[in-house]
Formats: sequence, C-alpha cells, structure tokens
Amino acid sequence: MSAAPRADSTMAPRAMVLLALLAAGALVLPHFAGGYALSLATLILYFAFTGQAWNVMMGFAGQLSLGHSLYVGLGAYAAAALFTKFGVGPWAGVWLAMALCVAAGAAIGFLAFRFGISGVYFALLTIAFAEFTRIGFDHIGWLGGPGGLFLKVGERTHVDLLDLRGTPAMYYYVMLALTAGAFALCAWLLRSRAGYYWQAIRENEEAAQALGINTFRWKMLAVMISAAMTAVAGVFFAFYYNNLFPEQIFNIGQSIEIILGPIVGGVGTLFGPILGAVLLTWLADTLSNAVSALGWNIPGVKQVFYGVVLLLVIVYLPNGIWPPIARRLGIGRRD
Amino acid sequence: MSASLVTNVVIAGLLTGLVYGLMALGLSVIFGVVRVVNFAHGEMMTIAMYVAVLLFGAFKLDPIFAAVPVAALFFAFGYVLQKSLINPFITRPEHSQFILLVAVGIIISNGLLMIFGPDARSVQTDYMLDSWAIGQVLFDKPRVFAALMAVATSAALFAFFRYARTGKAIRACADNYLGAKVVGLNVKHLYALTFGLGAACVAIAGCMMTLLVEVTPSTGPAYTLLAFVIVIVGGLGSMAGALLGGVLIGLSEALAGLFIDPSAKSMFSFALLILVLLFRPQGLLGRKLT
Repeated sequence: MSAAPRADSTMAPRAMVLLALLAAGALVLPHFAGGYALSLATLILYFAFTGQAWNVMMGFAGQLSLGHSLYVGLGAYAAAALFTKFGVGPWAGVWLAMALCVAAGAAIGFLAFRFGISGVYFALLTIAFAEFTRIGFDHIGWLGGPGGLFLKVGERTHVDLLDLRGTPAMYYYVMLALTAGAFALCAWLLRSRAGYYWQAIRENEEAAQALGINTFRWKMLAVMISAAMTAVAGVFFAFYYNNLFPEQIFNIGQSIEIILGPIVGGVGTLFGPILGAVLLTWLADTLSNAVSALGWNIPGVKQVFYGVVLLLVIVYLPNGIWPPIARRLGIGRRD
Repeated sequence: MSASLVTNVVIAGLLTGLVYGLMALGLSVIFGVVRVVNFAHGEMMTIAMYVAVLLFGAFKLDPIFAAVPVAALFFAFGYVLQKSLINPFITRPEHSQFILLVAVGIIISNGLLMIFGPDARSVQTDYMLDSWAIGQVLFDKPRVFAALMAVATSAALFAFFRYARTGKAIRACADNYLGAKVVGLNVKHLYALTFGLGAACVAIAGCMMTLLVEVTPSTGPAYTLLAFVIVIVGGLGSMAGALLGGVLIGLSEALAGLFIDPSAKSMFSFALLILVLLFRPQGLLGRKLT
C-alpha cells in the first residue's frame, strides 16, 4: 500500500562487500584527506547517524517525526551542562543525555499514542514540542539563554578522548564509530522481532493490532530508541562545535536537515540514510564552491539550487535514490 | 498596569488575530479538501508581503487596494502549483508531500533573499500611526483596516463554499473523493481551484500584514508554524475554526507579550497547541477524527 520501500530483510553478500569497501575507505580517509575534507566527512557521518536514528521511527515503525531537533538539543545541552558546570565528562554525560531524551520521547509518544494522535497530527505535535523547548531554553539563564552555552575549546593538536577534546581526526573516528554502531544496531533491529512488528505497524496498523501486536508498546519502543540515538548525536554536536544556541540547535531547520538524508536516500532502508547524507552534504558543499567560483556571491543562491535538487529528487525518485541502485546491484529483498 | 492598557492590548490582539485567521484559513481550506499540509504556507505569504511592499514603493498603491491584484496573481500561482506539482503527490505518503513543500518553501525564502537581500522592508502609509479613540480605548487605523479586510475576505469565501455551484462541488470532493468522481466532477481541476483559493487568502493576509509588521525573507517558516498552530487549535479543515484559532492566538500572543515577555509569546501558542492536540485533537471546531 504505502510507497515506502520494504526494508532489506536479508543482507546479501554483495551488501557485505559494499559495506566492507565503505568501512575500509572510511578508515583510511584521514590519511589522505586534508582538514577541510575531513570536516566535511565528519558532517556526512553526523547526518548519516542522525538519519539512521530518525529512520528507526519513521522508516521502520512509520511514525513521522518532524521534531528530532528536540533530542539533538536536549542531548547536547545535558552533556554540555554536566561538563561545563560540574566537570563531568561526555562519556558519563551521554547516559544522562540519553535518559533525558528517552524520557522526553516516551512522554511525547505516550501522550500521542494514548490519545490516538497519528499521521500529520503526530508530526505537528513533534514540531510543537521542539519549538516549545526551543523558546523555553531561551529563558533558562543558567544555561546561557539565547546568548548560548560555550564549551572550553581544547588544544586541537592533543587528543584527549576522555573529555572528547582533540584533533579533527579524533572527532572523525568517533563519529565513524558511532555511525558504524548505528548501522549495526539498525541492521539487527530490522531483523529482530521488534523490526518485524514495526514493519507490520508501518504497513497497516489496524491489521497489526488485529494480529495481536501491542502497537502502543512497539511504537513507544521505536520512539525511545530513536530518541536515545539522537541524544548521542547531540552530545557529539556539543563537543564538536563547542557552542550551543537554542535558536540553532532546537530549530525546525535542524529537524528538516536530519530527515532529508534518509528521505532522499530511501526511507526504511539501511543504506539510504548514509547515501542521502553523502549526496546532500556533498551537494551543499559543491554548490557553495560553484557559487563562489562563479562569483555569484548573493546570499540565497546556493539554497535555491539545493531546494530545486530536492524537489527534483522527490518528484522523480519518490522512494529515494537507494532502492533503484540496490535493485541494480542485486542487494536487498529478493521476492 | 491600568485597565485601559490591558483593553487596548486585547483589542490589538483581536484585530491582528483576524488577519492571522485569514492566513490560516488558506491553509485550512487546502488541507480540508486536498488533504495536503502546505508546509510552504508562510513562505507564500512573504512573497505576497514583498509584492505589496514593491507596489507601494513603485506606485504608492495602498496594500488594501494592492490586495485585489495580488490575490488574483496568487490564485493563478496556486492553481498552477497544485496542477503541476502537488496533484501527482496526493496519493503519496505524508513524508513525501512534506519534503515537496519544504523544498518549495526553501526555494521561495531563499529566492526572496537573493532578490531583496536580508534587510527588513515595510510600507509607510500616511495613517500608519493614526488611531480612533473611544474614551480610553484606542483602535489603530491600520489594524482596523487589516481586520476588516480579513473579515470581508473570509465572509466572501464562506459564501462561495455555501452558495456557489463550484464551492459546493469542492465541498463534495472533500466529503467523498470517489463519490465526487462518480458524479462526474473534475476532481483534479477542483483541487487546483482550492489551492488557488487558499493561496489567494494568504495573499490578502500578506498584503494586510504589511500594514502591521516589517517583512524579511526569513520570516516565512515562522508564519508557517503560526498557521499550523492556528488551524490545529481551531480544527484542521474547519473554516470557522481557523478564524477562531487566529483570534485566540492573536489574543494569547498579545497578553503573553504584555504580562510575561514578548519573546515568550509563541511559547504560549505552542503550549495551547499541545493542550488542544491532547484533549481535543480534532481542534475546537473540527469534526471528529476518523
């Protein structure tokens, strides 16, 4: 019924080869790439990771969230506050960040699913919570309010993994490990009992319920896992950028950026979020280079092109870019 | 805090709320019939605001009069947008529609940024600071004009859907898509007409907004969110609900700005939205969700 592609339920040998190639390429990249390329690669991984997290909720369980910036922001602020105010490092802080986001996700999920809110209404509810929190954080003076919360920038040459202060390559490898972990987790989830229940709920919630699936419980699980994963991305954001502004981190634009990757790549697939992140980040970067090379230094030009490409992708490849590629490579579900 | 100050703020909030209501009415009509949430709604309104500012700059054309040609232009724009881009998407999943309209929104707000630059622009009418006083109570002239225009437009739209043949046909499409097709209605054409009408509403609301606020290219998304809040509070798809929601949000913004802090005003709107979604998800005047 829905146009969402079926998830890759079996991992074909070719997918394994592709994965191994990707991993090998990603591991050796810092030896060849300059600082600029490395920061770009880190950004790609960040969006691949957050896209994967969002995909658990939307791609697997069919619950459209347009407010994932809430979890990025809460996670980032939780870990950053612990670090700057109490000297607690990110490896301890990430647990609080995850707990906080799981609680927030559970609260939103509980309210929405108990009161029977779904579809567009659920999506707007997630926006409302994110916006509410954004404006709320503007008024928390202890965390800097609209003026922002800043982390002390460490030495860029010295690697301190415990406090997550160090070279660009360190941040790159941390994000790479997270992305690989998210991929493995999602691949496992998709073939777990939960994964099959989610897909049943996504395709037809009433039918799933009629089959005896406790849809409330499994939808809640999807929201909580997605929120916890996004919280980790938030912690990374805080320690990578070292400054947090409610206006920026809780912004609906942040939520949209998170979901563009998986939608362009292919909702509900494992490789889609990665492919989408690579293509969109590369596209945005190429556009800004092209625009400045052509001397069109007018603000907005780049984003207009970006919007046009997005429009073309969604019009001509409604299931994302990955599914047709997967078919050609012989990867994915064979039925 | 004097009683007259509170009264004046309440009146200003009510009048602004009517213009908000007209903006949201466009969104609500489109959703009620086409079942697509227009995520580029606020961005469309900023185009109308820029056109009004340009017309005023070039011909000293008052936005009240500019509203008529701008509405006609937007009707055509909305018709074409629905016919060419959105009609193929009506059977696609919600996230697909969302990205389509977000892309349209990105193109609009950055296109405006390219053309007009980031600086705020406004309309300077002769009466912009005038007001009528009844005792202690002040009625700002621009606000009164804007609100009257919003009410007149809404009334015309209500009448159209109630009495005109085409209006009834559109309502038939909204009630029963298949049934409308069976009796021979050209649903795709009627959908495009509806989107055109929604766009015309937002055009008039945009022209009126220039009497009240400045415009920058980046204000679009905030208006989109505001329109969502209003239609959800009033009832997505309900026309009277959109106006009621607009007035409520206008009022809550004005009071929050007065009693708490102007920067916290939209927090109250979102809190109201969350409460309404939880306890009356069909909105104050909406029909029961199916």
